[in-house]
Amino acid sequence: MAYSDKVLDHYNHPRNIGSLDKNAADVGTGVVGAPECGDVMRLQIKVNEKGVIEDAKFKTFGCGSAIASSSLATEWVKGRTVEQALKIRNVDIVEELALPPVKVHCSVLAEDAIRAALADYQKKQVAASCAVDSGDGNSAEATTKAG
Amino acid sequence: MKTPIYLDYQATTPLDERVLEAMLPYFRDKFGNAASRNHAFGWEAEKAVENARAQVAVLIGAESKEIVFTSGATEANNLALKGIAEMYREKGRHLISAPTEHKAVLDPLQRIEQDGGSVTMLPVDKFGQVKVSDLEQALRPETVLVSLMAANNEIGTLHPLAAIGKLCKARGVLFHTDATQGVGKIPIDVEAMGIDLLSLSGHKIYGPKGIGALYVRRRNPRVRVSPQIDGGGHERGMRSGTLNVPGIVGLGVACELARIELDAETLRLTGLRERMWAKLRSGLDEIHLNGHATERLPGNLNVSFAYVEGEGLMMGMSDLAVSSGSACTSASLEPSYVLKAIGVGDDLAHTSIRFGIGRFTTEAEVDFAAERVVIAVKRLRDMSPLYEMAKEGIDLKEVKWSPTEH
Repeated sequence: MAYSDKVLDHYNHPRNIGSLDKNAADVGTGVVGAPECGDVMRLQIKVNEKGVIEDAKFKTFGCGSAIASSSLATEWVKGRTVEQALKIRNVDIVEELALPPVKVHCSVLAEDAIRAALADYQKKQVAASCAVDSGDGNSAEATTKAG
Repeated sequence: MKTPIYLDYQATTPLDERVLEAMLPYFRDKFGNAASRNHAFGWEAEKAVENARAQVAVLIGAESKEIVFTSGATEANNLALKGIAEMYREKGRHLISAPTEHKAVLDPLQRIEQDGGSVTMLPVDKFGQVKVSDLEQALRPETVLVSLMAANNEIGTLHPLAAIGKLCKARGVLFHTDATQGVGKIPIDVEAMGIDLLSLSGHKIYGPKGIGALYVRRRNPRVRVSPQIDGGGHERGMRSGTLNVPGIVGLGVACELARIELDAETLRLTGLRERMWAKLRSGLDEIHLNGHATERLPGNLNVSFAYVEGEGLMMGMSDLAVSSGSACTSASLEPSYVLKAIGVGDDLAHTSIRFGIGRFTTEAEVDFAAERVVIAVKRLRDMSPLYEMAKEGIDLKEVKWSPTEH
Protein backbone atom coordinates (compact mmCIF):
# COMPACT_ATOMS: atom_id res chain seq x y z
CA MET A 1 0.00 0.00 0.00
CA ALA A 2 1.39 3.38 -0.90
CA TYR A 3 1.07 6.16 1.64
CA SER A 4 0.12 9.72 0.74
CA ASP A 5 2.83 12.35 0.94
CA LYS A 6 1.06 14.00 3.86
CA VAL A 7 0.91 10.76 5.85
CA LEU A 8 4.60 10.22 5.17
CA ASP A 9 5.40 13.77 6.19
CA HIS A 10 3.56 13.47 9.51
CA TYR A 11 5.05 10.04 10.12
CA ASN A 12 8.58 11.17 9.41
CA HIS A 13 8.22 14.57 11.08
CA PRO A 14 5.49 14.17 13.66
CA ARG A 15 4.27 17.42 15.17
CA ASN A 16 3.92 17.84 18.92
CA ILE A 17 5.09 14.51 20.24
CA GLY A 18 5.32 14.38 23.98
CA SER A 19 3.46 14.73 27.23
CA LEU A 20 1.80 17.43 29.31
CA ASP A 21 1.20 17.15 33.05
CA LYS A 22 -1.97 15.09 33.14
CA ASN A 23 -2.70 16.22 36.71
CA ALA A 24 -2.69 19.92 35.84
CA ALA A 25 -6.13 21.54 35.89
CA ASP A 26 -5.61 23.28 32.56
CA VAL A 27 -4.63 20.07 30.79
CA GLY A 28 -7.10 17.64 29.29
CA THR A 29 -5.96 14.10 28.47
CA GLY A 30 -7.68 11.67 26.13
CA VAL A 31 -6.53 8.08 25.71
CA VAL A 32 -8.45 6.07 23.14
CA GLY A 33 -8.07 2.72 21.42
CA ALA A 34 -6.64 -0.52 22.77
CA PRO A 35 -3.38 -2.43 22.38
CA GLU A 36 -5.36 -5.51 21.26
CA CYS A 37 -6.78 -3.49 18.38
CA GLY A 38 -3.36 -2.30 17.28
CA ASP A 39 -3.81 1.38 18.02
CA VAL A 40 -3.77 3.56 21.11
CA MET A 41 -3.72 7.36 20.92
CA ARG A 42 -3.07 9.73 23.76
CA LEU A 43 -3.82 13.35 23.00
CA GLN A 44 -3.36 16.15 25.50
CA ILE A 45 -4.42 19.77 25.32
CA LYS A 46 -3.48 22.75 27.45
CA VAL A 47 -6.13 25.47 27.60
CA ASN A 48 -5.39 29.06 28.61
CA GLU A 49 -7.62 31.46 30.55
CA LYS A 50 -9.29 32.65 27.35
CA GLY A 51 -10.44 29.14 26.62
CA VAL A 52 -7.97 28.77 23.78
CA ILE A 53 -5.94 25.58 23.31
CA GLU A 54 -2.41 26.90 23.48
CA ASP A 55 -0.57 23.61 23.41
CA ALA A 56 -1.24 20.04 22.37
CA LYS A 57 0.85 16.87 22.57
CA PHE A 58 0.35 13.31 21.45
CA LYS A 59 1.80 9.85 21.67
CA THR A 60 0.48 7.08 19.49
CA PHE A 61 0.91 3.33 19.23
CA GLY A 62 -0.29 2.41 15.79
CA CYS A 63 0.29 2.29 12.08
CA GLY A 64 1.62 5.20 10.06
CA SER A 65 -1.86 6.52 9.35
CA ALA A 66 -2.73 6.49 13.05
CA ILE A 67 0.44 8.40 13.88
CA ALA A 68 -0.23 10.89 11.09
CA SER A 69 -3.89 11.36 12.13
CA SER A 70 -2.95 12.17 15.71
CA SER A 71 -0.08 14.41 14.67
CA LEU A 72 -2.45 16.34 12.42
CA ALA A 73 -5.05 16.50 15.20
CA THR A 74 -2.60 18.23 17.56
CA GLU A 75 -1.75 20.71 14.81
CA TRP A 76 -5.41 21.48 14.20
CA VAL A 77 -6.54 21.93 17.81
CA LYS A 78 -3.77 24.37 18.64
CA GLY A 79 -5.03 27.96 18.63
CA ARG A 80 -8.67 26.91 18.59
CA THR A 81 -11.14 27.40 21.39
CA VAL A 82 -12.62 24.35 23.05
CA GLU A 83 -15.85 24.89 21.13
CA GLN A 84 -14.02 25.17 17.82
CA ALA A 85 -11.96 22.06 18.50
CA LEU A 86 -15.15 20.08 19.09
CA LYS A 87 -16.08 20.76 15.49
CA ILE A 88 -13.13 18.84 14.04
CA ARG A 89 -14.49 15.82 12.20
CA ASN A 90 -12.77 12.62 11.19
CA VAL A 91 -13.78 13.16 7.57
CA ASP A 92 -11.67 16.32 7.54
CA ILE A 93 -8.68 14.24 8.62
CA VAL A 94 -9.45 11.60 6.00
CA GLU A 95 -9.53 14.28 3.35
CA GLU A 96 -6.43 16.11 4.49
CA LEU A 97 -4.32 12.96 4.71
CA ALA A 98 -5.96 11.16 1.76
CA LEU A 99 -6.53 8.08 3.91
CA PRO A 100 -7.74 4.96 2.08
CA PRO A 101 -11.00 3.34 3.33
CA VAL A 102 -9.12 0.70 5.35
CA LYS A 103 -7.49 3.52 7.35
CA VAL A 104 -10.60 5.58 8.07
CA HIS A 105 -10.71 4.13 11.59
CA CYS A 106 -7.43 5.96 12.32
CA SER A 107 -9.18 9.27 11.72
CA VAL A 108 -12.14 8.18 13.85
CA LEU A 109 -9.73 7.42 16.63
CA ALA A 110 -8.11 10.85 16.29
CA GLU A 111 -11.51 12.56 16.53
CA ASP A 112 -12.30 10.42 19.58
CA ALA A 113 -8.98 11.43 21.11
CA ILE A 114 -9.73 15.14 20.65
CA ARG A 115 -13.16 14.72 22.21
CA ALA A 116 -11.81 12.66 25.09
CA ALA A 117 -9.15 15.28 25.84
CA LEU A 118 -11.73 18.09 25.71
CA ALA A 119 -14.13 16.15 27.91
CA ASP A 120 -11.38 15.52 30.44
CA TYR A 121 -10.53 19.22 30.48
CA GLN A 122 -14.16 20.25 30.90
CA LYS A 123 -14.68 17.72 33.66
CA LYS A 124 -11.74 19.18 35.53
CA GLN A 125 -13.16 22.70 35.09
CA VAL A 126 -16.53 21.68 36.47
CA ALA A 127 -14.94 19.87 39.38
CA ALA A 128 -12.76 22.88 40.12
CA SER A 129 -15.61 25.40 40.06
CA CYS A 130 -17.78 23.17 42.27
CA ALA A 131 -14.90 22.92 44.69
CA VAL A 132 -14.58 26.72 44.80
CA ASP A 133 -18.29 27.03 45.59
CA SER A 134 -17.99 24.67 48.50
CA GLY A 135 -14.88 26.43 49.72
CA ASP A 136 -12.53 23.45 49.41
CA GLY A 137 -9.00 24.69 49.92
CA ASN A 138 -7.19 22.07 47.83
CA SER A 139 -9.24 22.56 44.73
CA ALA A 140 -9.13 26.32 45.08
CA GLU A 141 -5.44 25.92 44.63
CA ALA A 142 -6.13 23.94 41.47
CA THR A 143 -8.37 26.70 40.10
CA THR A 144 -5.68 29.20 40.80
CA LYS A 145 -3.33 27.11 38.75
CA ALA A 146 -5.87 26.81 35.97
CA GLY A 147 -6.79 30.43 36.08
CA MET B 1 24.66 -2.23 -0.61
CA LYS B 2 21.52 -2.14 -2.70
CA THR B 3 18.32 -1.14 -0.94
CA PRO B 4 15.60 -2.02 -0.23
CA ILE B 5 17.00 -5.19 1.31
CA TYR B 6 14.85 -8.21 0.72
CA LEU B 7 14.12 -10.01 3.98
CA ASP B 8 10.88 -11.74 3.08
CA TYR B 9 12.12 -15.11 1.84
CA GLN B 10 9.13 -16.96 3.31
CA ALA B 11 6.85 -14.93 1.04
CA THR B 12 8.79 -15.71 -2.10
CA THR B 13 12.36 -15.99 -3.34
CA PRO B 14 14.12 -14.56 -6.36
CA LEU B 15 14.71 -16.93 -9.24
CA ASP B 16 18.23 -18.33 -9.14
CA GLU B 17 20.18 -17.35 -12.28
CA ARG B 18 21.09 -21.00 -12.82
CA VAL B 19 17.42 -21.89 -12.77
CA LEU B 20 16.58 -19.17 -15.25
CA GLU B 21 19.33 -20.32 -17.61
CA ALA B 22 18.01 -23.86 -17.56
CA MET B 23 14.47 -22.68 -18.28
CA LEU B 24 15.13 -20.31 -21.15
CA PRO B 25 15.53 -22.88 -23.97
CA TYR B 26 12.08 -24.24 -23.12
CA PHE B 27 10.49 -20.88 -23.88
CA ARG B 28 12.29 -20.63 -27.22
CA ASP B 29 13.39 -23.56 -29.39
CA LYS B 30 12.28 -26.36 -27.10
CA PHE B 31 8.68 -25.28 -26.91
CA GLY B 32 7.13 -28.68 -27.52
CA ASN B 33 4.15 -30.12 -25.72
CA ALA B 34 5.30 -32.94 -23.45
CA ALA B 35 2.18 -34.85 -24.46
CA SER B 36 3.08 -34.83 -28.17
CA ARG B 37 4.19 -38.44 -28.49
CA ASN B 38 4.85 -38.43 -32.22
CA HIS B 39 7.64 -35.94 -32.91
CA ALA B 40 10.96 -34.66 -31.69
CA PHE B 41 9.54 -31.48 -30.14
CA GLY B 42 7.31 -33.51 -27.89
CA TRP B 43 10.01 -36.04 -27.04
CA GLU B 44 12.40 -33.27 -26.12
CA ALA B 45 9.87 -31.67 -23.78
CA GLU B 46 8.91 -35.00 -22.27
CA LYS B 47 12.55 -35.84 -21.63
CA ALA B 48 13.04 -32.53 -19.84
CA VAL B 49 9.94 -33.10 -17.74
CA GLU B 50 11.05 -36.59 -16.73
CA ASN B 51 14.49 -35.31 -15.85
CA ALA B 52 12.92 -32.64 -13.64
CA ARG B 53 10.60 -35.18 -12.07
CA ALA B 54 13.62 -37.19 -10.98
CA GLN B 55 15.31 -34.07 -9.60
CA VAL B 56 12.25 -33.26 -7.50
CA ALA B 57 11.87 -36.86 -6.35
CA VAL B 58 15.44 -37.30 -5.19
CA LEU B 59 15.27 -34.17 -3.00
CA ILE B 60 12.54 -35.76 -0.86
CA GLY B 61 13.59 -39.39 -1.14
CA ALA B 62 10.76 -40.34 -3.50
CA GLU B 63 10.56 -42.03 -6.88
CA SER B 64 9.91 -40.12 -10.08
CA LYS B 65 6.53 -41.71 -10.67
CA GLU B 66 5.33 -40.40 -7.34
CA ILE B 67 5.62 -36.74 -8.39
CA VAL B 68 2.55 -34.98 -9.81
CA PHE B 69 3.21 -31.50 -11.16
CA THR B 70 0.73 -28.79 -10.21
CA SER B 71 0.49 -25.02 -10.51
CA GLY B 72 1.89 -24.59 -7.02
CA ALA B 73 1.50 -25.70 -3.43
CA THR B 74 -2.02 -24.33 -3.07
CA GLU B 75 -3.18 -26.61 -5.83
CA ALA B 76 -1.12 -29.50 -4.44
CA ASN B 77 -2.79 -29.04 -1.03
CA ASN B 78 -6.23 -28.91 -2.62
CA LEU B 79 -5.51 -32.06 -4.60
CA ALA B 80 -4.18 -33.89 -1.56
CA LEU B 81 -6.95 -32.93 0.86
CA LYS B 82 -10.00 -32.95 -1.39
CA GLY B 83 -8.58 -35.76 -3.47
CA ILE B 84 -8.12 -38.02 -0.43
CA ALA B 85 -11.42 -36.99 1.17
CA GLU B 86 -13.26 -37.94 -2.02
CA MET B 87 -11.31 -41.08 -2.82
CA TYR B 88 -11.54 -42.55 0.68
CA ARG B 89 -15.06 -41.34 1.40
CA GLU B 90 -16.33 -44.88 1.95
CA LYS B 91 -13.55 -45.66 4.40
CA GLY B 92 -14.16 -42.62 6.56
CA ARG B 93 -14.74 -38.92 6.55
CA HIS B 94 -12.58 -37.72 9.40
CA LEU B 95 -9.42 -35.66 8.95
CA ILE B 96 -6.96 -34.19 11.45
CA SER B 97 -4.95 -31.01 11.14
CA ALA B 98 -3.85 -27.97 13.20
CA PRO B 99 -4.87 -24.30 13.41
CA THR B 100 -1.43 -23.00 12.42
CA GLU B 101 -1.63 -24.47 8.91
CA HIS B 102 -1.58 -22.21 5.88
CA LYS B 103 -4.90 -21.04 4.46
CA ALA B 104 -4.26 -23.31 1.50
CA VAL B 105 -4.83 -26.20 3.89
CA LEU B 106 -7.40 -24.64 6.24
CA ASP B 107 -9.74 -23.50 3.48
CA PRO B 108 -9.89 -26.85 1.64
CA LEU B 109 -10.53 -28.50 5.02
CA GLN B 110 -13.38 -26.09 5.61
CA ARG B 111 -14.78 -27.05 2.22
CA ILE B 112 -14.54 -30.72 3.14
CA GLU B 113 -16.45 -30.00 6.36
CA GLN B 114 -19.14 -28.16 4.41
CA ASP B 115 -19.43 -31.25 2.25
CA GLY B 116 -20.13 -33.42 5.28
CA GLY B 117 -16.67 -34.42 6.43
CA SER B 118 -15.39 -33.73 9.90
CA VAL B 119 -12.06 -32.21 10.85
CA THR B 120 -10.30 -32.27 14.21
CA MET B 121 -7.89 -29.42 14.90
CA LEU B 122 -5.11 -30.48 17.25
CA PRO B 123 -3.95 -28.01 19.87
CA VAL B 124 -0.50 -26.51 19.40
CA ASP B 125 1.89 -25.50 22.16
CA LYS B 126 3.41 -22.05 22.60
CA PHE B 127 5.95 -22.84 19.89
CA GLY B 128 3.36 -24.01 17.40
CA GLN B 129 4.04 -27.73 17.65
CA VAL B 130 1.48 -30.48 18.03
CA LYS B 131 1.98 -33.28 20.54
CA VAL B 132 2.09 -36.75 19.06
CA SER B 133 0.09 -37.98 22.07
CA ASP B 134 -2.68 -35.49 21.19
CA LEU B 135 -2.67 -36.83 17.65
CA GLU B 136 -2.90 -40.38 18.95
CA GLN B 137 -5.96 -39.48 20.98
CA ALA B 138 -7.61 -37.69 18.09
CA LEU B 139 -7.32 -40.65 15.71
CA ARG B 140 -10.60 -42.46 15.10
CA PRO B 141 -11.47 -45.59 13.16
CA GLU B 142 -12.91 -43.36 10.44
CA THR B 143 -9.86 -41.07 10.23
CA VAL B 144 -8.50 -41.12 6.70
CA LEU B 145 -5.91 -38.34 6.69
CA VAL B 146 -3.64 -36.35 8.96
CA SER B 147 -2.35 -33.10 7.45
CA LEU B 148 0.39 -31.25 9.32
CA MET B 149 2.86 -28.83 7.83
CA ALA B 150 6.61 -29.40 7.77
CA ALA B 151 7.50 -25.82 8.70
CA ASN B 152 5.27 -22.88 9.52
CA ASN B 153 5.38 -19.97 7.11
CA GLU B 154 5.03 -17.28 9.79
CA ILE B 155 6.96 -18.51 12.79
CA GLY B 156 9.17 -21.13 11.12
CA THR B 157 8.34 -23.85 13.66
CA LEU B 158 9.04 -27.40 12.50
CA HIS B 159 6.73 -30.31 13.20
CA PRO B 160 8.09 -33.68 14.33
CA LEU B 161 7.36 -35.27 10.95
CA ALA B 162 9.01 -38.63 11.60
CA ALA B 163 7.09 -39.21 14.84
CA ILE B 164 3.82 -38.16 13.22
CA GLY B 165 4.47 -40.37 10.20
CA LYS B 166 5.34 -43.34 12.37
CA LEU B 167 2.11 -43.06 14.33
CA CYS B 168 0.02 -42.64 11.20
CA LYS B 169 1.66 -45.68 9.63
CA ALA B 170 1.01 -47.79 12.72
CA ARG B 171 -2.66 -46.77 12.69
CA GLY B 172 -3.16 -47.11 8.95
CA VAL B 173 -3.95 -43.44 8.44
CA LEU B 174 -2.54 -41.43 5.54
CA PHE B 175 -0.17 -38.56 6.34
CA HIS B 176 0.00 -35.42 4.21
CA THR B 177 2.46 -32.63 4.86
CA ASP B 178 2.41 -29.16 3.36
CA ALA B 179 6.17 -28.84 2.98
CA THR B 180 6.09 -25.58 1.02
CA GLN B 181 8.43 -23.91 3.50
CA GLY B 182 10.35 -27.02 4.45
CA VAL B 183 11.43 -28.58 1.16
CA GLY B 184 14.98 -27.62 0.30
CA LYS B 185 15.42 -25.93 3.68
CA ILE B 186 15.39 -28.89 6.05
CA PRO B 187 16.15 -32.55 5.29
CA ILE B 188 12.97 -34.33 4.21
CA ASP B 189 12.74 -38.02 3.37
CA VAL B 190 9.29 -39.38 2.65
CA GLU B 191 10.43 -42.93 3.42
CA ALA B 192 12.17 -42.25 6.71
CA MET B 193 9.39 -39.90 7.81
CA GLY B 194 6.43 -42.02 6.73
CA ILE B 195 4.96 -39.29 4.56
CA ASP B 196 2.26 -40.37 2.11
CA LEU B 197 1.55 -37.05 0.41
CA LEU B 198 3.68 -33.91 0.29
CA SER B 199 3.06 -30.49 -1.25
CA LEU B 200 5.86 -28.29 -2.51
CA SER B 201 6.26 -25.09 -4.47
CA GLY B 202 8.85 -23.73 -6.89
CA HIS B 203 8.98 -20.08 -5.91
CA LYS B 204 9.91 -20.72 -2.28
CA ILE B 205 13.11 -22.45 -3.34
CA TYR B 206 14.48 -20.00 -5.94
CA GLY B 207 12.44 -21.56 -8.72
CA PRO B 208 9.69 -19.92 -10.75
CA LYS B 209 6.19 -19.04 -9.58
CA GLY B 210 3.28 -21.00 -10.99
CA ILE B 211 4.80 -24.45 -10.53
CA GLY B 212 4.67 -26.94 -7.71
CA ALA B 213 4.17 -30.60 -7.11
CA LEU B 214 2.35 -33.15 -5.04
CA TYR B 215 4.16 -36.29 -3.98
CA VAL B 216 1.76 -39.23 -3.90
CA ARG B 217 3.07 -42.49 -2.44
CA ARG B 218 2.89 -45.46 -4.80
CA ARG B 219 3.56 -48.35 -2.47
CA ASN B 220 3.22 -49.23 1.23
CA PRO B 221 0.50 -48.18 0.75
CA ARG B 222 -0.47 -47.21 -2.76
CA VAL B 223 -2.24 -43.87 -2.31
CA ARG B 224 -4.93 -42.73 -4.68
CA VAL B 225 -6.33 -39.24 -5.03
CA SER B 226 -9.45 -38.15 -6.81
CA PRO B 227 -8.45 -35.61 -9.48
CA GLN B 228 -9.66 -32.06 -8.97
CA ILE B 229 -8.99 -30.93 -12.53
CA ASP B 230 -10.38 -33.14 -15.28
CA GLY B 231 -9.24 -33.12 -18.85
CA GLY B 232 -6.61 -34.82 -20.99
CA GLY B 233 -5.49 -37.23 -18.30
CA HIS B 234 -2.02 -35.81 -17.79
CA GLU B 235 0.06 -36.77 -14.75
CA ARG B 236 -1.39 -40.29 -14.65
CA GLY B 237 -4.87 -38.84 -14.59
CA MET B 238 -4.36 -37.01 -11.32
CA ARG B 239 -3.90 -33.56 -12.80
CA SER B 240 -4.98 -32.76 -16.31
CA GLY B 241 -3.64 -29.80 -18.22
CA THR B 242 -0.74 -29.27 -20.61
CA LEU B 243 2.46 -29.42 -18.63
CA ASN B 244 4.23 -26.15 -17.85
CA VAL B 245 7.52 -27.39 -19.29
CA PRO B 246 9.73 -24.34 -18.57
CA GLY B 247 8.30 -24.15 -15.06
CA ILE B 248 8.86 -27.84 -14.46
CA VAL B 249 12.43 -27.62 -15.74
CA GLY B 250 12.97 -24.68 -13.38
CA LEU B 251 11.47 -26.53 -10.43
CA GLY B 252 13.72 -29.51 -11.16
CA VAL B 253 16.91 -27.44 -11.22
CA ALA B 254 15.78 -25.50 -8.14
CA CYS B 255 15.34 -28.80 -6.28
CA GLU B 256 18.73 -30.05 -7.39
CA LEU B 257 20.46 -26.86 -6.26
CA ALA B 258 18.62 -26.92 -2.95
CA ARG B 259 19.70 -30.51 -2.37
CA ILE B 260 23.35 -29.84 -3.17
CA GLU B 261 23.50 -26.68 -1.05
CA LEU B 262 21.22 -27.72 1.80
CA ASP B 263 23.81 -28.55 4.45
CA ALA B 264 25.99 -25.53 3.82
CA GLU B 265 23.00 -23.21 3.54
CA THR B 266 21.49 -24.52 6.78
CA LEU B 267 24.67 -23.62 8.60
CA ARG B 268 25.05 -20.25 6.93
CA LEU B 269 21.41 -19.17 7.37
CA THR B 270 21.23 -20.36 10.96
CA GLY B 271 24.34 -18.29 11.62
CA LEU B 272 22.82 -15.21 10.00
CA ARG B 273 19.57 -15.66 11.88
CA GLU B 274 21.33 -15.97 15.22
CA ARG B 275 23.48 -12.96 14.37
CA MET B 276 20.40 -10.89 13.66
CA TRP B 277 18.63 -12.04 16.81
CA ALA B 278 21.71 -11.30 18.96
CA LYS B 279 22.00 -7.81 17.49
CA LEU B 280 18.33 -7.07 18.08
CA ARG B 281 18.51 -8.30 21.64
CA SER B 282 21.60 -6.29 22.46
CA GLY B 283 20.00 -3.15 21.04
CA LEU B 284 16.49 -3.42 22.46
CA ASP B 285 14.66 -4.52 25.58
CA GLU B 286 11.25 -6.21 25.66
CA ILE B 287 11.43 -8.09 22.40
CA HIS B 288 10.07 -11.60 22.09
CA LEU B 289 10.93 -14.45 19.76
CA ASN B 290 7.84 -16.06 18.25
CA GLY B 291 8.18 -19.76 17.53
CA HIS B 292 10.76 -22.28 18.65
CA ALA B 293 14.33 -21.23 19.45
CA THR B 294 15.97 -24.16 17.67
CA GLU B 295 13.32 -26.30 15.97
CA ARG B 296 12.64 -23.70 13.34
CA LEU B 297 13.48 -22.88 9.73
CA PRO B 298 17.08 -21.71 9.45
CA GLY B 299 16.04 -18.55 7.62
CA ASN B 300 13.07 -17.48 9.76
CA LEU B 301 13.11 -14.96 12.57
CA ASN B 302 9.78 -13.75 13.93
CA VAL B 303 9.97 -11.12 16.64
CA SER B 304 7.45 -9.07 18.60
CA PHE B 305 8.67 -5.58 19.46
CA ALA B 306 6.44 -4.67 22.41
CA TYR B 307 4.74 -1.23 22.33
CA VAL B 308 5.44 -0.66 18.63
CA GLU B 309 2.81 -1.50 16.03
CA GLY B 310 4.08 -3.65 13.16
CA GLU B 311 2.91 -1.68 10.18
CA GLY B 312 4.02 1.58 11.73
CA LEU B 313 7.39 -0.06 12.29
CA MET B 314 7.69 -1.30 8.72
CA MET B 315 6.99 2.22 7.52
CA GLY B 316 9.91 3.40 9.61
CA MET B 317 12.30 1.05 7.88
CA SER B 318 11.27 1.36 4.30
CA ASP B 319 14.64 0.15 3.06
CA LEU B 320 13.82 -3.28 4.48
CA ALA B 321 11.30 -5.61 2.86
CA VAL B 322 9.80 -7.62 5.73
CA SER B 323 6.30 -8.66 6.74
CA SER B 324 4.20 -8.29 9.85
CA GLY B 325 1.59 -10.22 11.77
CA SER B 326 -0.12 -6.93 12.47
CA ALA B 327 -3.73 -6.60 11.46
CA CYS B 328 -3.03 -3.38 9.63
CA THR B 329 -1.12 -5.24 6.96
CA SER B 330 -3.99 -7.52 6.10
CA ALA B 331 -7.39 -6.84 4.67
CA SER B 332 -9.09 -8.61 7.56
CA LEU B 333 -7.98 -6.20 10.31
CA GLU B 334 -7.36 -9.27 12.46
CA PRO B 335 -3.83 -9.96 13.63
CA SER B 336 -2.08 -13.20 12.67
CA TYR B 337 -4.13 -16.31 13.46
CA VAL B 338 -0.91 -18.29 13.78
CA LEU B 339 0.35 -16.07 16.59
CA LYS B 340 -3.08 -16.27 18.18
CA ALA B 341 -2.98 -20.07 18.04
CA ILE B 342 0.35 -20.20 19.89
CA GLY B 343 -1.03 -17.96 22.61
CA VAL B 344 0.55 -14.65 21.62
CA GLY B 345 -1.92 -11.98 22.69
CA ASP B 346 -3.39 -9.61 20.12
CA ASP B 347 -1.39 -6.77 21.69
CA LEU B 348 1.93 -8.50 20.93
CA ALA B 349 0.72 -9.95 17.65
CA HIS B 350 0.27 -6.40 16.39
CA THR B 351 3.94 -5.75 17.10
CA SER B 352 5.40 -8.74 15.24
CA ILE B 353 7.77 -8.66 12.32
CA ARG B 354 8.87 -11.65 10.25
CA PHE B 355 12.41 -11.51 8.92
CA GLY B 356 13.00 -14.04 6.16
CA ILE B 357 16.65 -14.71 5.38
CA GLY B 358 17.71 -16.62 2.30
CA ARG B 359 20.25 -17.65 -0.31
CA PHE B 360 21.22 -14.14 -1.35
CA THR B 361 21.23 -12.50 2.09
CA THR B 362 24.66 -11.32 3.18
CA GLU B 363 26.12 -10.70 6.60
CA ALA B 364 26.42 -7.00 5.78
CA GLU B 365 22.70 -6.88 4.95
CA VAL B 366 21.80 -8.55 8.23
CA ASP B 367 23.92 -6.06 10.15
CA PHE B 368 22.42 -3.13 8.31
CA ALA B 369 18.91 -4.44 8.84
CA ALA B 370 19.39 -5.05 12.56
CA GLU B 371 20.71 -1.53 12.97
CA ARG B 372 17.76 -0.10 11.08
CA VAL B 373 15.28 -2.04 13.18
CA VAL B 374 16.84 -0.90 16.45
CA ILE B 375 16.72 2.76 15.38
CA ALA B 376 13.13 2.52 14.14
CA VAL B 377 11.86 0.69 17.24
CA LYS B 378 13.52 3.21 19.55
CA ARG B 379 12.06 6.12 17.65
CA LEU B 380 8.55 4.67 17.74
CA ARG B 381 8.81 3.69 21.39
CA ASP B 382 9.62 7.31 22.17
CA MET B 383 6.27 8.22 20.70
CA SER B 384 4.38 5.23 22.08
CA PRO B 385 2.02 5.95 24.99
CA LEU B 386 2.21 2.26 25.87
CA TYR B 387 5.97 2.31 26.28
CA GLU B 388 5.71 5.39 28.51
CA MET B 389 3.01 3.75 30.62
CA ALA B 390 4.98 0.51 30.91
CA LYS B 391 8.08 2.43 31.98
CA GLU B 392 5.98 4.20 34.62
CA GLY B 393 5.19 0.78 36.01
CA ILE B 394 1.60 0.66 34.79
CA ASP B 395 0.36 -2.85 34.06
CA LEU B 396 -1.15 -2.47 30.58
CA LYS B 397 -3.25 -5.57 31.10
CA GLU B 398 -5.03 -3.83 33.99
CA VAL B 399 -5.83 -0.66 32.07
CA LYS B 400 -9.44 -0.22 31.02
CA TRP B 401 -9.11 0.55 27.32
CA SER B 402 -11.74 2.02 25.09
CA PRO B 403 -11.57 0.06 21.84
CA THR B 404 -13.33 1.79 18.99
CA GLU B 405 -15.34 0.19 16.27
CA HIS B 406 -13.19 -0.14 13.19
